[in-house]
Amino acid sequence: MVSLWQIFLIFAKIGAFTIGGGIPMIAAIKSELVSRKWLNEEDFVDIITLAQTAPGLFAVNISILTGHRLRGTKGSVVATIASCLPPFLIILLVAIFFTNFKDNEYVIKAFKGIRPVVVALIGVPVIDMIKATKMRWWSWVVVISSMSLVCFLKVSPIYILICVIVTAVFISWYKNKEHHDIH
Amino acid sequence: MIYIELFLTFFLIGMFTIGGGYSMLPLIQNEVVSVHAWIDETTFTDIVAISQMTPGPIGINSATYVGYEVLSKSGASELMSVLGSFTATFAVVLPSFIIVLLLCKVYETWKNHPIFKGVMAGLKPAVIGLIGTAALTLATPENFIDWKSFVICIVAFIALYFKKVGPFAIIGLGAIVGLLVY
Repeated sequence: MVSLWQIFLIFAKIGAFTIGGGIPMIAAIKSELVSRKWLNEEDFVDIITLAQTAPGLFAVNISILTGHRLRGTKGSVVATIASCLPPFLIILLVAIFFTNFKDNEYVIKAFKGIRPVVVALIGVPVIDMIKATKMRWWSWVVVISSMSLVCFLKVSPIYILICVIVTAVFISWYKNKEHHDIH
Repeated sequence: MIYIELFLTFFLIGMFTIGGGYSMLPLIQNEVVSVHAWIDETTFTDIVAISQMTPGPIGINSATYVGYEVLSKSGASELMSVLGSFTATFAVVLPSFIIVLLLCKVYETWKNHPIFKGVMAGLKPAVIGLIGTAALTLATPENFIDWKSFVICIVAFIALYFKKVGPFAIIGLGAIVGLLVY
């Protein structure tokens, strides 16, 4: 079993290296947890799906869900504190001592190299998720239409998630009923 | 009592954030700049820039920073300001912590129910689409300043996908390459 201390260390590391929001964290969590067999590929896709659907910050949600999967409520608390602690301390350092941090020449240069890497960090998990999900024809319809709605028509992701949930409830309810009627 | 106000403000911001840190920024801006006038527009823009550049989820970073600034602008001591940033950070995380913890229990109880399975099957491709969108929206002129950026992105992608280079190593390498070529 994974110890709470191990959970703390992993999520502190993930929190300290997350740049550009929570989504690039997916690759980090996968390399730490799935490759150690603490989570299987399928659980991992479920966790990402729930983290993105629930309100709040993706990075925090993913810590709560993963922590809970590994060690229940205690695991959630530890993972959340661990992933928030390094950013909290770093921001305090910047706020107290390095207010000119963002104008530093070397910081600016380093970030010119980091930003394109972050885009790649988001791209890889998309492909991994597609491979780990049983994709049917309608799955592709959902992928393409949700991307186009958000990208081109600037529809808020909330409406897309609500529509998907409502439609899925109806379809599965209907299928379930049909199944019961036959037997 | 400024701490209570800070707590309530960030608690509400945390509760109404759906879709991650970037959708949280306009909420924070509205509350701290327009409604409470704790900090001005220019300071807020700086805070966002720093939150994007420092590691950590952008929502946590900006809450921490705003919490500190609010207190330090009003003349509070360093320690009191740190307490302010703790209050804001704790408050912004708390609502989703409660909601997601409940969701965990729901998931564990119902995950084999056919309707819950159906919802998850529908949500997965939608989330894949939303995450793909995040990659596309980051492909901006600010992030891709010249051809070198594209080369860095493609090489990073290949390294991550085929060579199985770890994500931590690749961020460090990105920083080194940035320092060398720019």
